[in-house]
Amino acid sequence: MSAEHSGEHDALIPAPQPPLPARATLPDDLLASEHEHLDALWSDGRGFWAWVTTVNHKSIAKRYIVTAFLMFIAGGLEAGAMRLQLSHPDAGVMGPDRYNQIFTTHGTTMMFLFAVPMMTAMGLYFVPLLVGARNVAFPRLNAFGYWCYLVGVVFLYVSLALNMAPDAGWFSYVPLSGPQYSPGHRIDVWAQLVTFTEIAGLIGAINIIATTFKLRAPGMSLNRIPIFVWSELVVSFMIVFALPAVALGSTFMLGMDRTVSTQFFNPAEGGDALLWQHIFWFFGHPEVYIIFLPGMGMITEIVEVFSRRRVFGYTAIVLANITTGFFAFGLWVHHMFATPIPELGQSLFTAASMVIAIPTAVQIFCWIATLWTGRPRFTTALLFILGFFFTFINGGITGVMLASVAFDKQVHDTFFVVAHLHYVLLGGAVTPLFAAFYFWFPKVTGRMLSERLGKWNFWLFIIGVNVTFFPMHLLGLDGMPRRVYTYLRETGWGPLNALVSAGAVIIVTSVIVFLVNVAISYRRGALAGDNPWGSYGLEWATASPPANYNFLYPVVVRSRHPLWETAVELPVLTGLSTERREVLVTTTVDARPDHRHDDPTASIWPLALALCMAVLWIGSIFSPYVVLWALLISTPVLIMWSRQAMRVTTTERVQRPNGEMVEMAQA
Amino acid sequence: MRASPRSRRFIVAGGLATSLLLATACEREQRRFADAPPSSAPSAFTTASALQPGPTYIASAVADPYESNAYAASTGQQLFASMNCSGCHSNGGGGMGPALMDDNWIYGSDPDQVFASIAEGRPNGMPAWKYRLNNQQIWELVTYVRSLSGLIPKGARPSRSDHMVVASPPSQTPNSKPKNSGVPPASKAP
Amino acid sequence: MSNPVLLALQNVRHSATAPASPEAHAIAHLFWWMLAVGGAIWLLVAATAIRSAFARRGAPGDDGLMRVSAETHTRLQRVVIGATVVTGVILMSFIVFDFSVGRALAAFPAQSLTVDVTGHQWWWQIEYEDPNPSLSVTTANEIHVPVGEPVQFKLASHDVIHSFWVPNMNGKRDLIPGYRSSIWFRADTPGVYRGQCAEFCGLQHAHMAFLVVAQPRAEFTRWLLQQRTSGATPVDSLAVAGQQVFMSGSCALCHTIGGTPAHGTVGPDLTHLASRLELAAGTAPNTRGYLGGWILNPQSMKPRTLMPPNPLQPRQLQALLAYLETLK
Repeated sequence: MSAEHSGEHDALIPAPQPPLPARATLPDDLLASEHEHLDALWSDGRGFWAWVTTVNHKSIAKRYIVTAFLMFIAGGLEAGAMRLQLSHPDAGVMGPDRYNQIFTTHGTTMMFLFAVPMMTAMGLYFVPLLVGARNVAFPRLNAFGYWCYLVGVVFLYVSLALNMAPDAGWFSYVPLSGPQYSPGHRIDVWAQLVTFTEIAGLIGAINIIATTFKLRAPGMSLNRIPIFVWSELVVSFMIVFALPAVALGSTFMLGMDRTVSTQFFNPAEGGDALLWQHIFWFFGHPEVYIIFLPGMGMITEIVEVFSRRRVFGYTAIVLANITTGFFAFGLWVHHMFATPIPELGQSLFTAASMVIAIPTAVQIFCWIATLWTGRPRFTTALLFILGFFFTFINGGITGVMLASVAFDKQVHDTFFVVAHLHYVLLGGAVTPLFAAFYFWFPKVTGRMLSERLGKWNFWLFIIGVNVTFFPMHLLGLDGMPRRVYTYLRETGWGPLNALVSAGAVIIVTSVIVFLVNVAISYRRGALAGDNPWGSYGLEWATASPPANYNFLYPVVVRSRHPLWETAVELPVLTGLSTERREVLVTTTVDARPDHRHDDPTASIWPLALALCMAVLWIGSIFSPYVVLWALLISTPVLIMWSRQAMRVTTTERVQRPNGEMVEMAQA
Repeated sequence: MRASPRSRRFIVAGGLATSLLLATACEREQRRFADAPPSSAPSAFTTASALQPGPTYIASAVADPYESNAYAASTGQQLFASMNCSGCHSNGGGGMGPALMDDNWIYGSDPDQVFASIAEGRPNGMPAWKYRLNNQQIWELVTYVRSLSGLIPKGARPSRSDHMVVASPPSQTPNSKPKNSGVPPASKAP
Repeated sequence: MSNPVLLALQNVRHSATAPASPEAHAIAHLFWWMLAVGGAIWLLVAATAIRSAFARRGAPGDDGLMRVSAETHTRLQRVVIGATVVTGVILMSFIVFDFSVGRALAAFPAQSLTVDVTGHQWWWQIEYEDPNPSLSVTTANEIHVPVGEPVQFKLASHDVIHSFWVPNMNGKRDLIPGYRSSIWFRADTPGVYRGQCAEFCGLQHAHMAFLVVAQPRAEFTRWLLQQRTSGATPVDSLAVAGQQVFMSGSCALCHTIGGTPAHGTVGPDLTHLASRLELAAGTAPNTRGYLGGWILNPQSMKPRTLMPPNPLQPRQLQALLAYLETLK
């Protein structure tokens, strides 16, 4: 390998030599020593210090996934407590104050601490593998994002233990959540938590966008990237546009109203209570599509693999994803149909809310066409996909019904809406997530999940979801509003509520079965090998679990389904350094190799900055002056981080064309 | 993935710190109802004046049970409005009645003294509320009235209300040391 | 419960699917139509999806992957495009149907009656407007309307966002501080209908219900005239003593009883308390036992409500109850 000057692209075009396979025909000892060398180079060490400083996207994403699943369980326990309280009239399990905190924490946990982080984490783990990269584009920022998220998690649950959990609902309408009607710091906890987790979400989104655009394997042009990557890309753009709205509304407007007496939401001083709803739902509606679109991407991958055919209508599905992403920003007023907004304006949002069903329908029809002409293998993952059809479409239909202003005015803020939202979230996000777990667990851990337990998991989950949430439609039509801590016997809602609570027990059992499956299979599951499902994506072209460096050499991609095109050997690109962490940066559209880039090593500064941010956001609840102190301590941390990032690690002596020898930093 | 000895120590220390935190559950956020506050009647030692003969000053032992409770301060604010205290005290600025947000306390700023002022009434127009409001409500008013001049912890003070701005909210009022309450300079506390 | 009107309350299903007004009927029709079409679509698509998992239409190629012939692919394309177009058409029909129902509901007819509803935490202040202010009526938590006549409700909030919803009558409308909104309906069937606050408004959102009593015009007028009278002076000695208890205790600070010195505006107007069917915004029936329990300790029935406990001596309580029962 001749010395390469930075900026000379010629050196990176593959030399005319027979392509080297990703794994096989190099002599084993040479391959093994290359692997060990590169693995050690890309390893961040062992022990506690390595754990807090790592920048490996897989370690960070695994942490995200585990934490987000813990949040799923926590939110589920809160839901269990709610269902216990509502199982019969005047149950007396808990009083209104505790119930309000529990249902708010349930919603906040599920929406902010489980759903979005989980979908982002699946992207942070799999997008680099799917596009053939060695790491995400900004590894230290990735670590910082996780630590911010973890601080948010701890903050909310410590607050719950201290009787300080927010209690005005996960969307915290003013004036109830304003300074006069919510004394104390409960809502301040909510406002700052939202901003924290949105920072983590934004960082994940930025990383995914940059990775997808610039770090793809050579030859993986935009029309060849996997659909899951497309969905994560679309969702990341949505995050970038939507999340700032809620951060602005919650911390800056509501938080400032509560702590420093601004008047944003005070009608008596020219503010507006309805403004909160607009700002929140401008984020809130795209939020649910942010949760649901990655699920759709996962479905496409799994349907392809388990029908043994390439998906029908790749272009249509990609365009449907992008269209949904755009349209999602035009629906938010459908959460506000009961407010005094002029009717013509509301009708516009009715039309948009109905029309967004069309791209979703396109994706569903394409999947059905794929399954119809494929040869389905009924693994647990595919079962969950079939369960998705059964469940999500129910939610989609009730969504179209809710889009109608007149009908929504009857069932807005009742259990009908609770039923709808749980059908689309559980059916449209959690079900594909379970399918993705069963599909990708072998890649992440190297072992297969038990199919037998998986089928129990599936059936309990589907039955549980339907028994729990179907009766809620009837309860909503019968007049039961949301967020009531109890109800009178005379209303007649008792029997259906008891049924709903029984269904919740079934869901809990299903999740327990899943956890048992994971616990057993992690240690004693069947060994998976590189590609147990015979799938086509690049992630299956490397070991299970992948080595620290992901791919020994960058794979040259020539189609949408690389492992299905090449029978035995994958063409690769050689030339990346084995002495420094290097990634190959390619062009945005065509993925032609562009230049090599030094990837960062482990660093403590992301954690340090996250702790400074914790001081900033949490402390500012108690005193505005903390903002100054936090900025003061953040400054040296930022300086240290930048210095570490800009440090030149190696130089080389290079001969200029005029014969002069100069010392140049490695690019 | 066994934790190393060093990380195990971290985990134990973190767990201990958390349990300590949990044990001191936040008084500020409690929402109480139908309480029986202690010693509802002013104690025998509650006086209208801070001056006492003799070298030592005997302080009353009755404290405000809601002093750091934000919900109680907020309820007190609600009572202040609904019982029309503003009719004489005008949101704390005073009018027919004395100002409540300054540092001048005619009958003392200690919690039991303010309780006595509200419950027993005072000369020149302050009605006796003890036949109309129960003790919990009067303590809530005490908490709110003292917050107007910043005498309760900052976290418990009400923030701005959803009305027209008439005064700085108690959460942003600087603490004002009462001029004529508490231990007189020349005396010594026991 | 021996009260025949309360029995009537129990016999009505307070549901959006049991409409008792033309407005609720229109919405219910829209709902049944969308349910029928949507349900059929759900069945069709779910069944097709599950069926598709058992279909075996493709054929394996050399690489083990399933392939379809070009004409099958074209046929699939046509089916998918066709299904998408059909979806679009169905959605357009929903939009048009909803828009027309919405227009009909939004058109306020000329009405004879306007009721001002102000939402408080956690009760409903009801005022019947009249061009002559001395003829206006203030009550709480119970609205009487004449059958067959459209009634307009002007909605405002005293504190946080509430929502006015009677499922049998019409959709809901939010009461937002700083905004005035209105809603109307025309009760076509006599009866007692239950409404409830439908926007989370704090600790007792669950216990903020109200009743709509639809009566024939004659009965309604009789009720309205009765409501316009001030409270009658009690004659029974126990009731007189009860009035003393009311005035000398803390009751008069928060409640109004017309014709007496009690002019509090913090809590509901009690001038005609005995004529109401329920207590505490639908939390309990209006019987002597519940009323006594409520007065002694409202916190046990509705924790954190703004009304404090009132520890009365038994004799005082009996006198007070006797007095309140005269407030018809």
